[in-house]
Amino acid sequence: MALYSEKVMDHFRNPRNVGVIEDADGVGEVGNAKCGDIMKMYLKIEDDIVEDVKFETFGCGSAIASSSMATELIKGKPVSEAMNLTNKAVCEALDGLPAYKLHCSVLAEEAIQSALEDYYTKHPEKRPEKKE
Amino acid sequence: MKIYADNAATTRMSRTAIDAMIPYMENVYGNPSSLYSIGQEAKEALEQAREDVAAVINAEPREILFTSGGSEADNQALRSAAVIGAKKGKKHIISSAFEHHAILHTLNRLEKEGYEVTLLPVHEDGLVRPEELEAAVREDTCLVSIMYANNEIGTVQPIHEIGEICKKHGVLFHTDAVQAVGHVKIDVKADNIDMLSASAHKFHGPKGTGFLFARKGIALTNLIEGGAQEKGKRAGTENVPGIMAMAAALKEAAGNLEQNAAHQTALRDRLIEGLSKIPHSALNGDAKKRLPGNVNFCFEGIEGESLLLLLDDRGISASSGSACTSGSLDPSHVLLAIGRVHDVAHGSLRLSLGEEITEEEVDYLIQNVKEVVEYLRSFSPVWRDLVSGKTPFIL
Repeated sequence: MALYSEKVMDHFRNPRNVGVIEDADGVGEVGNAKCGDIMKMYLKIEDDIVEDVKFETFGCGSAIASSSMATELIKGKPVSEAMNLTNKAVCEALDGLPAYKLHCSVLAEEAIQSALEDYYTKHPEKRPEKKE
Repeated sequence: MKIYADNAATTRMSRTAIDAMIPYMENVYGNPSSLYSIGQEAKEALEQAREDVAAVINAEPREILFTSGGSEADNQALRSAAVIGAKKGKKHIISSAFEHHAILHTLNRLEKEGYEVTLLPVHEDGLVRPEELEAAVREDTCLVSIMYANNEIGTVQPIHEIGEICKKHGVLFHTDAVQAVGHVKIDVKADNIDMLSASAHKFHGPKGTGFLFARKGIALTNLIEGGAQEKGKRAGTENVPGIMAMAAALKEAAGNLEQNAAHQTALRDRLIEGLSKIPHSALNGDAKKRLPGNVNFCFEGIEGESLLLLLDDRGISASSGSACTSGSLDPSHVLLAIGRVHDVAHGSLRLSLGEEITEEEVDYLIQNVKEVVEYLRSFSPVWRDLVSGKTPFIL
């Protein structure tokens, strides 16, 4: 039994959407180097659709795989869907993570939300109204 | 190319060791405590193994106690010294900050039982200072336990000086020599070592076997109660095949020690030189006062587990002190003890070379580590911030 699923290893070895978007509409960075994981997400948003997404990650195999999977799950999707991406969805899409690595998928969820928050800060008119 | 570069974790059993154990599983399988022939034959073999092991470290056969490995030997040494100390009203123990957890966790337990523990600093070079040890010795010090060589960064401690200080002050000296036995010449008499722990699988013997050397006259405390094996100090039917293989492996390692060490040291230094050329990297521990096969580096801007996984894809087995490989949030206590900050300690790599390492393999290691570090840095936000000047380089 390997440490990681084949899906995790595939996304770790061949991460999707690696890199930087220079004119990103939203950028989010979470984690810290002290704990050994940092994720940075760059979003390009047009007409409420995530047109492009890129990431940079400092971290272990599951952190890199979680970032990669999270970008795949939101690319081309409406912003509202990206906003609702959960760590559980990332984890399931990766065919699971070892229990002590679940925080990597949480970090991926938080990185996307942080990038979206940056986008809403720059474009307050786009922020959805809070439901009662 | 396949390179096993994690010999500090465990080693491949030597053919000599495997051949030595088979007869004691197949033919001479008697219980050494039994009085009939195949029992007594096993008993004789066991005592021969004890002589062979003792000879390698210049001890007496009766001073060797066979255990299940290094951790058990460490536990028993510390427990025994603590009991001896308590009888004299001495409950202070000196050790170092970067000992193996078999020592540190036992010391934690003893602290809860009312002992006082002083952990000496190991400084940036990963070495204990004899003068700091001497200054720490008190009237009520009952034990000094300093490892012979560190398991992560390989630094070899000033054992002779430590032994002299302990003798001068009449304090018991234990050394966890798990990484050193079979790789470094050890003489318990010349170095005034009172107790020493060793593990067979670190010198091409089998797992689950080791020994504790305890100078005659030192009353050992049992960890395992039961039968009268090992002079009543370690109950349980002896692991005869394992012990026979351990003795054979150790004899072989001791016989080739000097030529192995010379060969490994030359290639170790070539590896250190090659990896030092990777920008913003640093060797952990003194460059010369280290085990012949140990190389340990920190690379800024990357994390160790991803480095290990990608090296594995290239046929290289290695280890790291990153938090992700330890299953906790903190990186290696050894790297923190030599002053590496968390951010850098996460990007550590230990390559522990075997005796058969070649120049070609070392060059393969250098090339592949360099490529993987560069690749991981290419999408590391930490590296981006360092390169852009947003945060200062540490290494």
